[in-house]
Amino acid sequence: MSATGQNSGVSAITCTGLAKSYGRVKAVDGLDLEVERGSIAALVGPSGCGKTTTLRLLAGFERPDAGTISANGRVIVGVGTFVPPEHRRIGVVFQDYALFPHLDVAGNIAYALGRKADKERVAEVLRLVGLDEITDRQVHELSGGQQQRVALARALAPSPDVVLLDEPFSNLDASLRDRLRQEVSRILRETGVTAIFVTHDQEEALSVADTVAVMSEGRIEQIGSPEEVYSRPSNRWVAEFIGEIEVLSGQVREGRAECELGSVPAGDAVGDVDVLIRPESIAVSVQASRRSVPAEVVSRRFFGHDQLLALRLGSGRVVRSRQLGFPTWHAGDRVHVTIDGPADVTSAASNGEAAPSSVN
Amino acid sequence: MRRLAPSRSAGRLPAALLARNSLPGTAPVGLRIAGLLVAGAAILPLAYLVIVIAGSASEAWDAIWRDRTAALVARSVGLTAAVTLSAIAIAVPAAWLTVRTDLPFRRAWAAVLALPLVIPSYIGAYAIISALGPRGFAADLLGVTELPSISGFPGAWLALTLFTYPYVLLPVRASLRRLDPQIEEAALGMGRTPVEVFRTVVLPQLRPAIGAGALLVAMYVMSDFGAVSIMRFDSFTTSIYTSYQASFDRTSAAALSALLVALMFVILWLESRSRSTEALYRSTPGSQRQALRIPLKRWRVPATAFCGLVASFSLVLPVAVLVYWSGQSVAGDVDFGEIGSAAANSLLASGICAVVAGICAVPVAVLSVRYKGRFSSGIERLTYIGHALPGIVVALALVFFGTRVVIELYQTLGMLIFAWVVLFLPLAVGVVRASLLQVSPRIEDAARSVGRTRSNVMRTVTVPLMASGLLAGCALVFLTAIKELPATLILGPTGFETLATEIWSATGSGFFEGAAIPALILLAVSAVPLYLLTVSE
Repeated sequence: MSATGQNSGVSAITCTGLAKSYGRVKAVDGLDLEVERGSIAALVGPSGCGKTTTLRLLAGFERPDAGTISANGRVIVGVGTFVPPEHRRIGVVFQDYALFPHLDVAGNIAYALGRKADKERVAEVLRLVGLDEITDRQVHELSGGQQQRVALARALAPSPDVVLLDEPFSNLDASLRDRLRQEVSRILRETGVTAIFVTHDQEEALSVADTVAVMSEGRIEQIGSPEEVYSRPSNRWVAEFIGEIEVLSGQVREGRAECELGSVPAGDAVGDVDVLIRPESIAVSVQASRRSVPAEVVSRRFFGHDQLLALRLGSGRVVRSRQLGFPTWHAGDRVHVTIDGPADVTSAASNGEAAPSSVN
Repeated sequence: MRRLAPSRSAGRLPAALLARNSLPGTAPVGLRIAGLLVAGAAILPLAYLVIVIAGSASEAWDAIWRDRTAALVARSVGLTAAVTLSAIAIAVPAAWLTVRTDLPFRRAWAAVLALPLVIPSYIGAYAIISALGPRGFAADLLGVTELPSISGFPGAWLALTLFTYPYVLLPVRASLRRLDPQIEEAALGMGRTPVEVFRTVVLPQLRPAIGAGALLVAMYVMSDFGAVSIMRFDSFTTSIYTSYQASFDRTSAAALSALLVALMFVILWLESRSRSTEALYRSTPGSQRQALRIPLKRWRVPATAFCGLVASFSLVLPVAVLVYWSGQSVAGDVDFGEIGSAAANSLLASGICAVVAGICAVPVAVLSVRYKGRFSSGIERLTYIGHALPGIVVALALVFFGTRVVIELYQTLGMLIFAWVVLFLPLAVGVVRASLLQVSPRIEDAARSVGRTRSNVMRTVTVPLMASGLLAGCALVFLTAIKELPATLILGPTGFETLATEIWSATGSGFFEGAAIPALILLAVSAVPLYLLTVSE
């Protein structure tokens, strides 16, 4: 997928102006999306932002009110065209897995293979997901992780061009989730299939996907590589959704945005701006430096490998700083603070949010 | 700390849409046509009744405004009210005793007291009249030739009360078990006696369950034909039957039917109102603690005697009577060939009805679960009309339809099956719908996405997954249809006797021996669903 559309060759999925309403609720509202062949893309957003509806539109379970969808250059939804789900070559892994409860593991895979089904092909598909030991098990006897892999195997069995995954890891407990994230992305890359998955978990989107599309209110707010979306959010809403962020107001002078924590390159922004800084880009030291500003540690929360400090600046404004777990800071420590890492500058008016941040 | 613009929360999808039991878009044309046909069939008897009445409106009007009609309404409503009140008077104490006290053999009593539910009213009435009536079993036993007649209001009242009170007992028991015992403990802690607590705390919370059960009883009594005709009590249904038989006066039968349907709709309306308030009374979830059991102490004997008395009249007496008369019938001149052919007819007709009702229920259930919308809910509601129609009304309407429109179908088994399907389709739709609700639509989506067409998915996924529910629905219809009396009497082809009509006509002519074995067979058959129900619990 590419934010700029400079990719060579045909995209696996291209959507333009996709829209879908339920009554007066606009679930998807003019969505444009392009996903590169063989890549893994994440649609991430808060619940109710339209990401699952988008997935269902791609799969063909819903008809859009407007817009077009092409898969590998072939129009599957457009004016006068609606390819039904069974002819789209798009597989789906559902959040609740939706395995056929009346069939065993092999039966689920054989069903997906259809006429091509034979023992060898079923075994081959199950080997891909590491489940060739349990072919004759009933679906309800499987653990959550196994069910998920059967669902993935079933979606991959007919060799689709694209696989859609709806909140694929949300039903798993935390320790299993991380292992399966790696496992699933390994399988997807091995098969070379294009994958689009939906999640509300920004960490999951950042760690699994090649490209992250942040959705809100039925539209894509920003699309880009995980690094781009995290360190250069296109607006304050994206910045706040994709992680912890401090927003400080500033003014641009001579190409640099000046705020209470110092100055950062302003890019092409002018006038009143918001400076967006992640807590881990706020460095703390006992030593004053040329660029540092004084602050006081108000409180500290310790998480093991890191710690989160609340720092009161001269104006009384409190900002957060994420530090490694060592050295130990204490409430009341007098420290010196600098911006150390990427910061983003957006025009203060661009977010449509007039009131200042409520962090104060 | 993240602040969202106001429209963000407003733009969220309603939970109902996110749950997505329903598929998007309109239903396939074939499914819609099937649904329309089923709904059309379900509404046909009532619609044709209206046409008949409209065709001779002035005669119908005269028939309704006769003095006799007012007396008839008074009698039917009076019987309904009396039975409903006495059913409550039996059911509420029985429920309380079996849930909340240390009554000996509580669980056994609970099962025994629910059992009369399986006894059709005409078998119950037969048992009572053949035991306590002038020529009955008690007269034999006492060695007297004459006992005071039990026929008329007292007999109808007794029979209907004894075999309908479980409709109140079951919901009240369920409700008592759900009540939060902490509320009662709080009241006891304020120094109230157990009796005061029952009156001021428990009873108000039971009111919705009592109301719901009472309305079921009222609908049962209002549409009952078997018990009132055996007890020779002039009610709506028996008057309709008499007017129908006096074939010169069928308009008056139609007019009375319309009035009866109107009364049924009043009861249904009351029922829907009682349901909408039910939620207000439900206790908070999470109170799974065992309720406190009140020691009966010196009331143990009277309480046990009460349960024993109810059980002996509603269960022991009918069974004993049936066994007694069966013994007599083996010695007497009962034609077993006739009973055999009646049993075969019952099985055949109910079997066909069950299959037809099952087939009709599928499109209705699929529409209402998968394609929610005005069209589907309209179809579904129309198929529930049978719930509000007494059997005799459906039968009468189809007599008009058969004699005026489709002469070739009149007096055929098809006509009877049609009436039964209209009457019992709601049972099948309810069960099939419930089983389809268990099948996640995402399973069907998954099948589509691996390359199967919609009809293939229906055949390979949906139907296999709802098969057990469909089977259960058919079984329920079978077991209900086999007991049906008035429509069978009116619409059965000439000479077509079933177990139900056999019992009715034998009892009507005082030939109690002839009714015993058919009644025993029917009881055994009716006990099956209750048994399955208790096993599944």
